[in-house]
Amino acid sequence: MERTAIRRRLTWQAGTVTEVRAETASARTVVLDVPDWPGHLAGQHLDVRLTAPDGYQASRSYSIASAWSGSGTGPGIGTTVELTVEQVPGGEVSPYLVDVIRPGDPLEVRGPVGGWFVWKPEQEGPIQLIGGGSGVVPLMAMLRAHAAAASTTPARLLYSVRRPEAVIYVSDLKELAASDDIEVTFAYTREAPPGEQRAPARIDAGLLASVTFQPEDAPTTYVCGPTPFVETVADLLVAAGHDPARIRTERFG
Amino acid sequence: MTVEVPTYLDGNAAAGVLREIFAVDITAAIGRCAGCGQTGVFAETRVYLDAPGLVARCQGCDEVLLRVVTTPADTYLDLRGLTYLRVPNPA
Ligand SMILES: Cc1cc2nc3c(=O)[nH]c(=O)nc-3n(C[C@H](O)[C@H](O)[C@H](O)COP(=O)(O)OP(=O)(O)OC[C@H]3O[C@@H](n4cnc5c(N)ncnc54)[C@H](O)[C@@H]3O)c2cc1C
Ligand SMILES: [Zn+2]
Repeated sequence: MERTAIRRRLTWQAGTVTEVRAETASARTVVLDVPDWPGHLAGQHLDVRLTAPDGYQASRSYSIASAWSGSGTGPGIGTTVELTVEQVPGGEVSPYLVDVIRPGDPLEVRGPVGGWFVWKPEQEGPIQLIGGGSGVVPLMAMLRAHAAAASTTPARLLYSVRRPEAVIYVSDLKELAASDDIEVTFAYTREAPPGEQRAPARIDAGLLASVTFQPEDAPTTYVCGPTPFVETVADLLVAAGHDPARIRTERFG
Repeated sequence: MTVEVPTYLDGNAAAGVLREIFAVDITAAIGRCAGCGQTGVFAETRVYLDAPGLVARCQGCDEVLLRVVTTPADTYLDLRGLTYLRVPNPA
């Protein structure tokens, strides 16, 4: 009867690169056109699969950087998907996506996937985003979705990054931070910009206590980045009295 | 000597592989571990990708909950460690 009611197995789809943008010296945003893209939620990811001439395949997950899409109007609607990839030296897949791929190239993707590490504009309560390195990517999608929906839900981003030049989306973040509802804090771990009050250091309990929502604010907290970063931050949050059920994590490896 | 770096990811990293098998998203489903009886969101399990195929282990007792091995012809799904998976119905 209704053909749309039949759920198909999700499988690999051919996308085409339409644009490649430099974000930092080692991170690129790759814009894809995926003709059958069904839309996505902020925080979801997709898998990318590369196939070598001899048939060898490698797949990796990449968060979707663009805002929600699929219904209604606004940015992110349609068949366009943006990924932001940070090059991992010696890696199999990321150097290809950062250095080699060009507009016009095909790219196989499977997605969108993930229904837990997502933010929907109708969700209640403040949102606390905490990202390390490229872990900011799905959090940026959430901030973009927040802006696209003109949400007034209070949102805070704490972004841990080695040095000022390594900040991804720097101008977009500064623009978003100008909104009344969004606060952005950078935590530099190796080198701080001139005028920064806090000496370079990793995120600790003191910083969390001073710049993030407190347990009584009942935020939903999203923590994303390298596995050791996610572990450390989640442990600090629980020790500070946050309800573990309101902490959502995504480990990048 | 060397610093212990965790080698695991979380249930989110298995989302793509599992969406090839299930019609619905499993990462937001609640699973019950057959080993220790703990229930939790599948996204919070520990996923290892470097084993042959993909292995998800319980956060509480480290028991294997689910394994997926893909060969060119077939996909093997082993759910031995899950008493159940509770998937919300679409509204
Ligand atoms: C759900 C999910 C979403 C992700 N989203 C993004 C994203 O938006 N942007 C992004 O850049 N990456 C993202 N990642 C990480 C990405 O999937 C790859 O792991 C990363 O690009 C490295 O792949 P590679 O093939 O280049 O390196 P590999 O060949 O897999 O690894 C090479 C070496 O680098 C180390 N390594 C592997 N991954 C990382 C890492 N993430 N950080 C530091 N060292 C690492 C390994 O230990 C190994 O020694 C995500 C991962 C997951 C699970
Ligand atoms: Zn268990």
